[in-house]
Amino acid sequence: MINPRFTQVIAVLLLALATLFTLAILVFIIGFILSKGLAHVDIDFILSNPEDMGRAGGIYPTIIGTLILSTLSILIAAPFGIGTAVFLTEYTRESRVTRIIRFGADCLAGIPSIIFGLFGFIFFVTTLGMSWSILSGSLTLAFMILPTIIRTSEEAIKSVPYAYRDVSFSLGATLWQTVRKVVLPNALPGILTGIMLSLGRSIGETAVVIFTAGSSLRTPQSLFDSIRTMSVHFYILAREGLSNEKAYATATVLIISILAINLISYWLMIRFISKRSG
Amino acid sequence: MEDTVKFKIENLNVYWSGSHVLKSISMDIGANKILGIIGPSGSGKTVFLRTLNRLNDMELQIRIEGGVLLDGKDIFAPGMDPVMLRKKIGMVFALPIPLPASIYNNIIYGPSLSGITNKNRLDEIVVKSLKSAFLWDEVKDRLKTSAMRLSGGQQQRLCLARTLAMEPEVILLDEPCSGLDPISTTQIEYALKELKKNYTIVLVTNNTKQAARVADNTAFFLMNELIEYGPTGTIFTVPGDIRTMDYITGRFG
Repeated sequence: MINPRFTQVIAVLLLALATLFTLAILVFIIGFILSKGLAHVDIDFILSNPEDMGRAGGIYPTIIGTLILSTLSILIAAPFGIGTAVFLTEYTRESRVTRIIRFGADCLAGIPSIIFGLFGFIFFVTTLGMSWSILSGSLTLAFMILPTIIRTSEEAIKSVPYAYRDVSFSLGATLWQTVRKVVLPNALPGILTGIMLSLGRSIGETAVVIFTAGSSLRTPQSLFDSIRTMSVHFYILAREGLSNEKAYATATVLIISILAINLISYWLMIRFISKRSG
Repeated sequence: MEDTVKFKIENLNVYWSGSHVLKSISMDIGANKILGIIGPSGSGKTVFLRTLNRLNDMELQIRIEGGVLLDGKDIFAPGMDPVMLRKKIGMVFALPIPLPASIYNNIIYGPSLSGITNKNRLDEIVVKSLKSAFLWDEVKDRLKTSAMRLSGGQQQRLCLARTLAMEPEVILLDEPCSGLDPISTTQIEYALKELKKNYTIVLVTNNTKQAARVADNTAFFLMNELIEYGPTGTIFTVPGDIRTMDYITGRFG
């Protein structure tokens, strides 16, 4: 028989090794990109227009493009996603229909983004005649992230203790008042996590954006203009061998901004929780 | 003196996913009295209580038959809105469940749902309810701090105050002292005795001595049936049923 203390030591070692390995890869990737790109990032790179297809100049329009496209996709997807989650958890009883909706959402979550891109291209860009535009892009991205928002919101809502609902009903609240005043505020941290994950996905997305929002390097004037996001810019710079320096610099800005968004939203969430519970 | 009947329960039967959890319950609950409901766990006390404010409505596989009349009106009648009903019938649960918000916001939860927004009016309600629940002196300087930071006994009195803030007519309490120490229990019991002047109180308790101390009338539930119901003095001195005597003397099972 194997000594339990010995297996305990082995288990700890293996688990620690797995953690270390994961962290090392993460640090290596980020470190690699930062080391190649950080030197080429300055205020001028961020605030000026690209020249010569991106071989020179900055990435200002792509930053604006990323910002608008991802924000808009979240603004479209979040109300629908959270609404669906609330409906499924609070307003319907567990039945075949809710199971089918859930299964559908799970299937949608597993579909490769290029399929969404193709759908967006055929439906929004050509059939509805919206052409390559911010609107087509953000609508398609919204479809892509919808399942994630639904499922994470659902889990967050389910984790709110049932006793809170009992208390709320016993104090004369309607179901909607209970949802609005008790369930949603308490589920908010979980819901925000889902939104952050989705935001990350839509910022990093390339296939959908190229298919539906195009890759124009001009600063957009309206929602019907084509744009290029940082991810797409990076992809084009690298693939067409335009400029390695500029590609890494773009990736650096991309990584830092995602990091910043996560930190800021984490901070906002902590503030919200401590403020609400007094 | 003739009692005014607040609740009239007529042949109430409740079925829960196939099992018969309340069997032909009939009783009158007097106004401005404390009714103590005793009985072992699983005897149907809590289901009975949650039927009175229709909190069971949300359950999936429940079927309720028979009549529950509040001031002569059937609470299950089609025109009766359960939300309006619950504004008249407050409830305190077994475990103290403050909502994750400040003491002040916990108290005004009910009143603000009813559309009261005037700051002065809300302040008055907070002071009055906390005083009625004998919690005011302990929290008056920290109304804006989290209710989660109160002790268990204080939290349960906060829950009582939160219920009082709706100015209900009836207060249902489901083993409100089960998680509390003897001193907190005494405070709650003292508050209940004061409150019965203005409210009808139904107190479910696992502690038979508590019923003996505070209840005017006592009902004994066993195996989903109402075994005996009468003035507390009678139940505890000359019970009419051998099972009641066995239970209150602790000789049960």
